[in-house]
Amino acid sequence: MRRVVITGLGVFASSGKDAESFFQNLVQGRSAVRHITQFDASSLSVQIAAEVPDYEPCAYFPVKRLDLLDRFSQFGLLAAAEAMKSSGLELRDEERPRFGVVTGSGMGGATTFDTGYFNLYANKATRLHPFTIPKIMHNAATSQICMEFGAQGPSLTTATACSSSGHAIGEAFHLIKFGMADMMLAGGSEAPITYGMIRSWESVRVLAIGNGDPSRACRPFSADREGLVMGEGAGMILLEELEHAKQRGARIYGEIAGFGMSSDANHITQPSVQGPARAIRMALEEAAVDPNEVDYINAHGTGTRLNDVTETQVIKEVFKEHARELAISSTKSMHGHTMGATGAIELIATVQATERGVVPPTANYTTPDPECDLDYVPNQSREKKIRVALSNSFAFGGLNAVLLVRRFE
Amino acid sequence: MDVEQKVIEIIAREQHLDASKVNIDSTFAELGIDSLDGVNILFALEEEFKLDIPDSVAQNMRGVRQVVDALTRVLEGKDVADLVAMAKGEPTAASR
Repeated sequence: MRRVVITGLGVFASSGKDAESFFQNLVQGRSAVRHITQFDASSLSVQIAAEVPDYEPCAYFPVKRLDLLDRFSQFGLLAAAEAMKSSGLELRDEERPRFGVVTGSGMGGATTFDTGYFNLYANKATRLHPFTIPKIMHNAATSQICMEFGAQGPSLTTATACSSSGHAIGEAFHLIKFGMADMMLAGGSEAPITYGMIRSWESVRVLAIGNGDPSRACRPFSADREGLVMGEGAGMILLEELEHAKQRGARIYGEIAGFGMSSDANHITQPSVQGPARAIRMALEEAAVDPNEVDYINAHGTGTRLNDVTETQVIKEVFKEHARELAISSTKSMHGHTMGATGAIELIATVQATERGVVPPTANYTTPDPECDLDYVPNQSREKKIRVALSNSFAFGGLNAVLLVRRFE
Repeated sequence: MDVEQKVIEIIAREQHLDASKVNIDSTFAELGIDSLDGVNILFALEEEFKLDIPDSVAQNMRGVRQVVDALTRVLEGKDVADLVAMAKGEPTAASR
């Protein structure tokens, strides 16, 4: 059986513009949630988000290139570049058909959509810019990454809302495991902080208002939770078949050993217990891991009551007594909910936690909730040997993705 | 209005090129203008000159001179059919 390991990590997000500073900020419990800067949010009830701070696209891309890159593709390319660099991979041309890209995005080119439609409807423009389509399509980031790194193998884009990049990494894992590729760049990117998008989410009534200190707005599993906070960014990893990685002496950050996915087939927004539970069991089964071997879960942990209570029930349902031994944390409390990128960003935090034996905390936890009575690693990171860890993604639409990471010895 | 000068200015701007590198005899191939760049330039020209360039004309533009000729004709309200016919048989610049 072919095994699949992680040999490159890349993060470009609010909590850090590279994987190392990202993890350091998480371990320190620092939230990156601030007042929105990308547009004038003063008319909105929600005026906070986890934006990439001080982002200047021209510092990273030539202007000609930027013409064709929506913000979500820019983030994807930057995270992919770090993942490739950290992997030290030098491809020979004949290997390129065995190298592919799978990335997830829930919203695609949201910024381009927003400005284009503003011109169309408000400014009464009679035509839209010809680059609109190549910038907004969900696969724009995937295709840009393929072109940048010469990936000519199996490549696709997943769009399953908040599970998008969980599914992307899972699919990439299986493409290698089942012999269709030897190397895959996988992850997700999202740039959803637009006036239209915040308005849309505002009306679902799941966003934290965050009056006062924005950095304290997202409080998953805490009884005084307010809701989720939107974030932006990208996370990308390089996956590689184990023997391929060993042969070139690659640094191995961890192993993806299982992937579970399921559909609630129940409700378009409300999560169920059985759907996510099936996804977790499927991941454990594929990895042939006993539930008692799991030491850490990076929770979906959005900070809405429905998610937090349901996810707690899911964990109890699958792990029974062992649920109380698990360290569980929601790093969304710090980097926000980056939608289609969030599964990848959190998987990277999970891999870093597993490799280093340090669990990042759930920040902003203040008050125990009787319905959420497990160990959420409140506020302080913790040293803990992790054999196996899970990264949960449970999306609007009930499509669940669970990735299982095994510490690589 | 000097159409030629304006066309050169717009092509240079959209391609992020120095305007001194573009002249009336430049071909799109020489300037590195691919099919998608071509539609972008057409969009900019339509915006600038406040007119519509028909697809039948647009598809056959392969260099600065053709753009200037076509625009001049459209601006003068002349029939563009002969321009299309002239360029027929050549591979198109906007075939994707």
